[in-house]
Amino acid sequence: MADVQQIIKDVTGIYGKERKALMPILQAVVKTKNYLDDQDLIAVAKALDLSAAEVFGTASFYTFLDTVPRGKNVIRVCKTISCHMAGKDAIIHAIEDTLKVKTGETSVDKKFTLLSANCLGWCHKGPVMLINDQVYPELNAEKAIEILQKYQEED
Amino acid sequence: MSKYLVNLTINDIPVSVPEGTTILAAASKLDFRIPTLCYHEDLCVAGNCRVCVVEQVGGRALLAACATPVGEGMQIHTNSAVVRTARKTIIELLLSEHSSDCTKCYKNGNCELQSLAHEYRVGDHVFIDLVNGKRKHIDDLSPSIIKDDSKCIRCQRCVRTCDELQGVSALAVAYKGDHQKISTFLDHPLVEVVCTNCGQCVNRCPVGALIEKTYVEEVWDVINNPNKHVVVQTAPAVRVAIGEELGYNPGERLTGKMVTALKRLGFDSVLDTDFTADLTILEEGTELLTRLKRAVVDKDPTVALPMTTSCSPGWVKFIEHTFPEFLPNVSTCKSPQQMFGALAKTYYAQKKGLKAQDITVVSIMPCTAKKYEANRPEMRSSGYKDVDYVLTTRELGMMIKQAGINFQNLEDSPYDSIMGESTGAAVIFGATGGVMEAALRTVYEVVTGREVPFANLNIMPVRGMDGVKEAKVKIEGCLPEWKFLDGIEVSCAVAHSLANARKLMQAVKDGTAHYHFIEVMACPGGCLGGGGQPIPTNEEIRSKRAAAIYGEDEGLPLRKSHENPEIKMIYEEFLGAPNSHKSHSLLHTHYLARKKY
Ligand code: SF4
Ligand code: SF4
Ligand code: SF4
Ligand code: FES
Ligand code: FES
Repeated sequence: MADVQQIIKDVTGIYGKERKALMPILQAVVKTKNYLDDQDLIAVAKALDLSAAEVFGTASFYTFLDTVPRGKNVIRVCKTISCHMAGKDAIIHAIEDTLKVKTGETSVDKKFTLLSANCLGWCHKGPVMLINDQVYPELNAEKAIEILQKYQEED
Repeated sequence: MSKYLVNLTINDIPVSVPEGTTILAAASKLDFRIPTLCYHEDLCVAGNCRVCVVEQVGGRALLAACATPVGEGMQIHTNSAVVRTARKTIIELLLSEHSSDCTKCYKNGNCELQSLAHEYRVGDHVFIDLVNGKRKHIDDLSPSIIKDDSKCIRCQRCVRTCDELQGVSALAVAYKGDHQKISTFLDHPLVEVVCTNCGQCVNRCPVGALIEKTYVEEVWDVINNPNKHVVVQTAPAVRVAIGEELGYNPGERLTGKMVTALKRLGFDSVLDTDFTADLTILEEGTELLTRLKRAVVDKDPTVALPMTTSCSPGWVKFIEHTFPEFLPNVSTCKSPQQMFGALAKTYYAQKKGLKAQDITVVSIMPCTAKKYEANRPEMRSSGYKDVDYVLTTRELGMMIKQAGINFQNLEDSPYDSIMGESTGAAVIFGATGGVMEAALRTVYEVVTGREVPFANLNIMPVRGMDGVKEAKVKIEGCLPEWKFLDGIEVSCAVAHSLANARKLMQAVKDGTAHYHFIEVMACPGGCLGGGGQPIPTNEEIRSKRAAAIYGEDEGLPLRKSHENPEIKMIYEEFLGAPNSHKSHSLLHTHYLARKKY
């Protein structure tokens, strides 16, 4: 909670307490802790004098503003047509097997959440996945696992 | 509106309208009706449903008539083949996501989508049915309102109502695409969020996605129960609006026929909430004078001023959530509905030789929040639930139709006694400013012995549809016991609809506005624009109902609450004096701070 208050303070310092500060605050919270919980949404509503429903409505609109707990690293594999044809299923299966999760789930150690995403704009280099903000194009199953291992080794 | 006129043709008929007029309004000037779903006169333009599309000659795409201003030389067609096909497709697409079991739907017969489907003769299963794939989610936990997402066409009238008119924003648009839905915070049930139960969203929902929770069957059951003495009370605003449910134009005063109809429905006694409205004035007026005395004479710094009214349960719940620091300022008086219930099961029972447990109290209210109010745990001063069932004006209309009563041919009847007598001051409770006006009529006279100094008792500054109204009344020539008020200018404010109430209370909080007495009604226009009133609603309809209310007041022989003979009687026989111990135990209540998020 305390860090969310700090984020709100920092962002409203830049954008003021107007409605226009809403998106930057939500993005900043997600950047720090990967998702927005109920108390975060309420804290933002209070700070900007908005209704809690409005803040929830905004957050729920954006796929990247998660309102359910996420692991430390969020993997999003593109599921749209070009990446589908380029073999995204193999990537997903490989990751699912490695992390022992299904798409939509978070690993037991809370290090990874596996999600699918709509077109990421890298169709010419599919299949593509995103880990947090980093894009990984031209994947195959082995490459994907290698990349995961790098994240697994980090703490 | 701009002074520049724009010339165009609509269906080949020339018309000139001020710059900025929408195509929809211009067409209506020529008596061409264009269908709408998301558009509502009380709300900002959303332009999301597209059923109002029209064709512009030479234009590439169809235009949404509600959202497009007229342009010089435009040639508009409102009913061309392209337009008709487009509208039909739009309606069919809406229905493909809509659980259209009209025969079992509460809005059957009064649904804008159903009317359009009928008007456009939509085809069966033109598009793949997407309803079954969706999880049906019904929130029926509120005593006032049912929200059924499977009926929602996402026109967002409710979202705009709750935000623009009410300043509550209990509802918002959540998720997107085919997951889009109207949602409270985290999709909690309405009872768990800041919703005030005002029902303004219900009044504007074009379909059956937001409806009142009905208690009509329960009321039929109790009417048919020979062991129950069923008393019905009618709120002031019902008599000027019930006609709209029964084939009359807005603004018809139908008090006498309504009373006859209620008797024919089988109620054992048809009584008037106006009686307890008069009583409220005596209780609340006394409370105000007591607070003023404590402030002026005793210089008591703890006295909470301005005092606000408490008859609107939507307002009460709003202030509990939004300005809990002002709860001591809210009059402790119960609303007239609840005063009535408490007295029906005590005073009335005693006088009629009945036992409280054998009496059922039914209210006919212009309001959905009254259903919630009757369920508040504080509202059991008689030892029983003071008001058993609350029906809206719409539900009364439904019962009259179900009973096969030919309303238009009914004779007038007077209310029964006791608790059926009232004054014009009580009738005007139904309009914004009415409680203020009624209170001033009585308080001024109690303090000075003279009538309030406004022509014909009509306190015009507090009437009308301005969002916040102010009045100042100078008190002069006081009777000896009220000498301390001599020379004081009593400063009053009136707000209707909660967005205006919020502005007013914020000004009081910021110290930029100073008043002694504030009236707030949660709904636009006051109770006459309540969430339980006939659908549709707009400013014109509400103004007509208001004119009917003031007409009713002027037509009554008694127009000041303290002159009501039954009020004098109840103080002599039962209550003692206003704000007596007995009054406090039966007619006053307390409030609780609720969470804002
Ligand atoms: S909301 Fe209207 S169209 Fe839908 S089922 Fe009910 S009556 Fe029919
Ligand atoms: S609940 Fe009713 S008013 Fe609200 S978006 Fe749905 S259909 Fe429109
Ligand atoms: S009942 Fe009133 S407060 Fe509740 S959601 Fe509807 S408009 Fe908003
Ligand atoms: S389809 Fe995968 S990035 Fe566009
Ligand atoms: S009524 Fe015009 S877009 Fe809905």
